[in-house]
Amino acid sequence: MELSTAIAVAGTAIGSGLAVMTGIGAGIGQGYAAGRAAEAVANQPEAKSDIISTMILGQAVAESSAIYGLVIAIILIFVNPWIKM
Amino acid sequence: MYQARYLLYIGNFKISETIIVQWIIMLALIAVALFMTRGLKKNPDTKRQLLLEWFVGGIKGYTTEMMGTKFVSRVPSIVPYVGTIFLFFILSNLAGLFGFKSPTTDLDTTVAWASITIATMYVMGVKFKGPSYFKEFIEPTPVMLPLNIVGEIARPISLSFRPFGNILGGTIIMGLVYQLNAFLSSLIPNLKIPIGQIAFPVPLHLYFDIFAGSLQAFIFMTLTLVFIGNAAETE
Repeated sequence: MELSTAIAVAGTAIGSGLAVMTGIGAGIGQGYAAGRAAEAVANQPEAKSDIISTMILGQAVAESSAIYGLVIAIILIFVNPWIKM
Repeated sequence: MYQARYLLYIGNFKISETIIVQWIIMLALIAVALFMTRGLKKNPDTKRQLLLEWFVGGIKGYTTEMMGTKFVSRVPSIVPYVGTIFLFFILSNLAGLFGFKSPTTDLDTTVAWASITIATMYVMGVKFKGPSYFKEFIEPTPVMLPLNIVGEIARPISLSFRPFGNILGGTIIMGLVYQLNAFLSSLIPNLKIPIGQIAFPVPLHLYFDIFAGSLQAFIFMTLTLVFIGNAAETE
């Protein structure tokens, strides 16, 4: 392996690791949504099913940011456009 | 590595695995539809018709709740479209359970579904508001036009990448788990069968295939309804 290819592989690996770190933000957002949903259920126990379905929907939309990072990492590892193996 | 393989060759025309699995899903849906709609009565007495009426009524009630009765009465075909795309989506996500390669792990499939939704959104916006629908791009000021165009481009991308990334990530993690179990089973001497693959991955399949797949289908349906409803709402 030439030095340039080695540097490219190293950079790809570092970039994949950084891309998956989008999960930090998604996790914080989902936890915040779950906490608010717990408060809402405590206030109105009879509206539990609506609250839970709304919470799940919002969490799944919030998770999409983490999924974008995962897709970028998968692309960098499996179908890397810069490294011609 | 996770690219769809080409299975059928008709001359120079190649047909990939994704399309074949989609055909299988479509045939299954058609067969189930034909089976469920035979001999319908006004007063249902079979469990089959009760199940069918429960499902169709649920989809119709959800659509009406999201869009309002005015839209559903003016565009009645939105209910079958939403029901069809929900069933197709959920069966595509569950195809991994039956040993097929899920069509959702191919970006082409999700981009096609998102394109249908976005095209429906524009058509409904023009139908309900006339050409003044495109006036929203220069509100509040014409300076916002590039940002609005970027937002419009980002909408189908987000809609198509969400299920694709979720299902593909689950598939890759499941493949890694199966490889790990095969490796651990190979450490046991005089054993040719990868015994670790028998029961251990079942909870993971429950989460990655059933829960995430159903959730993504439900979210896609809801976002389709929200986008079309926002485009078509008239004050």
